Amino acid sequence: MIVAAVNSKELWYLTRGSGLMALVLLTASVVLGISQIGRLSGPSMPRFVVAGLHRNVSLLAVVFLGIHIATAVADPFAPISAVDSVVPFVGSYRPVWLGLGALATDLLLALVITSLLRYRVGYRTWRAVHWAAYACWPIALWHGLGTGSDSRVGWVQVIYVLCTAAVLVSLAWRLTTRWSASDVAQRTLAALGVALVTVGLTAWALQGPLRPGWAKRAGTPTNLLGGSSSSSSTSTTPTGG
Amino acid sequence: MALRKQQRLVVDPIACQAHGLCAELLPEMISLDDWGYPILAPGAIPPQARAHARRAVAACPTLALRLVAAADDAGHPGDRVV
Repeated sequence: MIVAAVNSKELWYLTRGSGLMALVLLTASVVLGISQIGRLSGPSMPRFVVAGLHRNVSLLAVVFLGIHIATAVADPFAPISAVDSVVPFVGSYRPVWLGLGALATDLLLALVITSLLRYRVGYRTWRAVHWAAYACWPIALWHGLGTGSDSRVGWVQVIYVLCTAAVLVSLAWRLTTRWSASDVAQRTLAALGVALVTVGLTAWALQGPLRPGWAKRAGTPTNLLGGSSSSSSTSTTPTGG
Repeated sequence: MALRKQQRLVVDPIACQAHGLCAELLPEMISLDDWGYPILAPGAIPPQARAHARRAVAACPTLALRLVAAADDAGHPGDRVV
């Protein structure tokens, strides 16, 4: 195999980098998708450009997610199997936080497959499945915060904050725009839900992964903790993952 | 032979939500009314516009725009041909 020749440290870096890229692309996809529903357009940005970007950015996110998963599975340090990447909460390595990633992957696959087969599944089914996008994004972010090796790195946190801000601004715009089909009560409920998820996730992040000792509490197998010198990729992992 | 392969556009006026992507992608054959709903040029799609027509159909966010055989009068029960 090609990957066998690659040092596991490089695989681990690829996992982390592609995961972050996938989050950024998913964020762009969500923002573009919401822009499309809200019918945002301008002289230099006609609607078919927004639609095409939404489609292609989403497919690019799938590519980066593929790299993220393939390198995580191939990397010998963390015991992650191919099954763990699609079946949530069954693995031995940080089952909860990895499981959230698997869940987000499953949702994204459902979104992409139904979109590619839109004419087959029909508009209503496609639309119903597409609501999962609003769950996919925060779950992916939660996975990143929960098990991301770099969640305590300053510039990564800046990316997290910027991505969250971008999605929140789009949602706020979506919920206040005149094009919104739902009535005021529904919109208020949706806004409350968004606020709850935002506050909850922020509070949890401050209490959990952003504090020292998270690697142990996150469910890392004990033999991987404690900075064993046998594997090159363990030296930086005990505090963050 | 060539006649049988000809296609025309139909729009399902119930499904259409006036997103207007079709008119951006196929201005040769689709214009928008005052409310943003498409007005289709009648007849078969000329050969030079076929690829654009397929793109316009694929871009419709509500799957309201479709291609049917030019000879096919039936189409969808809700289809409007203007």
